[in-house]
Amino acid sequence: MANNNSNQKAWTGGDQPFKASYGKLMMWFFLVSDALTFSGFLCAYGFMRFKYTEVWPVAEDVFTHFPFLQGEHPLLFVALMTFILIMSSVTMVLAVYEGHKNNKNGVILWMGLTILGGFTFLGSQAWEWGHFIHGDKGGLQLPDNSVVHIVDEDNKLYSLYDLVGVDSYDHEAHFTVEDVKDAFVQREDLSLKFSKTKTVGHKEAISYIEKSELVLGADLVRNEYGHQLFANFFYFITGFHGFHVFSGVVILIIIFLNVIKGTYERRGHYEMVEKVGLYWHFVDLVWVFVFTFFYLV
Amino acid sequence: MAEHKGTWWIWKVFWILLFVTAVEVIFGIIKPPFMIENNFLGTSILNVFFIVLTIIKAAYIVMHFMHLGEETKGLKLAILLPAIVLIPYLMFILLNEGNYIFGIL
Repeated sequence: MANNNSNQKAWTGGDQPFKASYGKLMMWFFLVSDALTFSGFLCAYGFMRFKYTEVWPVAEDVFTHFPFLQGEHPLLFVALMTFILIMSSVTMVLAVYEGHKNNKNGVILWMGLTILGGFTFLGSQAWEWGHFIHGDKGGLQLPDNSVVHIVDEDNKLYSLYDLVGVDSYDHEAHFTVEDVKDAFVQREDLSLKFSKTKTVGHKEAISYIEKSELVLGADLVRNEYGHQLFANFFYFITGFHGFHVFSGVVILIIIFLNVIKGTYERRGHYEMVEKVGLYWHFVDLVWVFVFTFFYLV
Repeated sequence: MAEHKGTWWIWKVFWILLFVTAVEVIFGIIKPPFMIENNFLGTSILNVFFIVLTIIKAAYIVMHFMHLGEETKGLKLAILLPAIVLIPYLMFILLNEGNYIFGIL
């Protein structure tokens, strides 16, 4: 690109008021439109959540597992996922930095680590989805499609699996709503939670359980955790973000192979690494917001 | 440009992001009662606190990791203005219309 245009009139073209290349500018503008897309999704999520706030699941009751650890550890696993993505952002900046110095081996090292971080994040998300789909404590769906939960004296969710004495991961074991009812009748300390403010006492609860259906796990049609829209938004927004991570990893791999082949060394600059870096940081940026609005708020 | 600054600033931003995330997680687990019970701007203080921390993190990522801080003023405005204007506008419309929808949906 010619740089002798400082005296030319801006109208004749060849001027670079933003001092950035075409490719970089277009990446930025794409990211702006993508940011608006994501903000539309998150605003829609907030809107529906506001509407159904009484029956909206609490994130700590939903995302409680951590690999290889027993018991409940709310937030820990998503915190780890956030850390993985921030870390891969750091390695990406370092790759861009080495690119500025035209240090091919440095770029290969840090880009390689970034790709590794991307795969680790995708694996973590698959694990998270797996647990979400499988379900945690189970719920009961009433004829009006609302999902209710069994709670103990402290109003804490009580697992249906524990109630009937079945291992949640035993694929051979099956139980019906009658089993739940029979076990529930024996336990007078338990009651039925309808929403954040409404809990029905033990006696009355039995009549509700009789006409309910078991909901184990969550998909796009049934959701044991609470309101159906929670599951749908969860799949759609984290899925859309995960798809961004996945395409980011694919683009990173392509650029990574080009770096190894020496394409950018011959070209004299590593701007392509910078562009994919912008995209990768954006993916991290979106996750920061998803983390806040899905898991914290 | 970045290459004259060394890599220390990258690690500085990393520690800031890590620290803010750790604060968010700790507050998310202990949920201090006074922050939940008191409201500010239509939601609990805890939620406002989380959103402010999130915006701080986002600013660090965009300004330092994406090097937007080093771009020309025109580029900065071209990127930031649409987001700063349109996203709060969308939120305003939804909050405003939400009051109506709330009654009929």
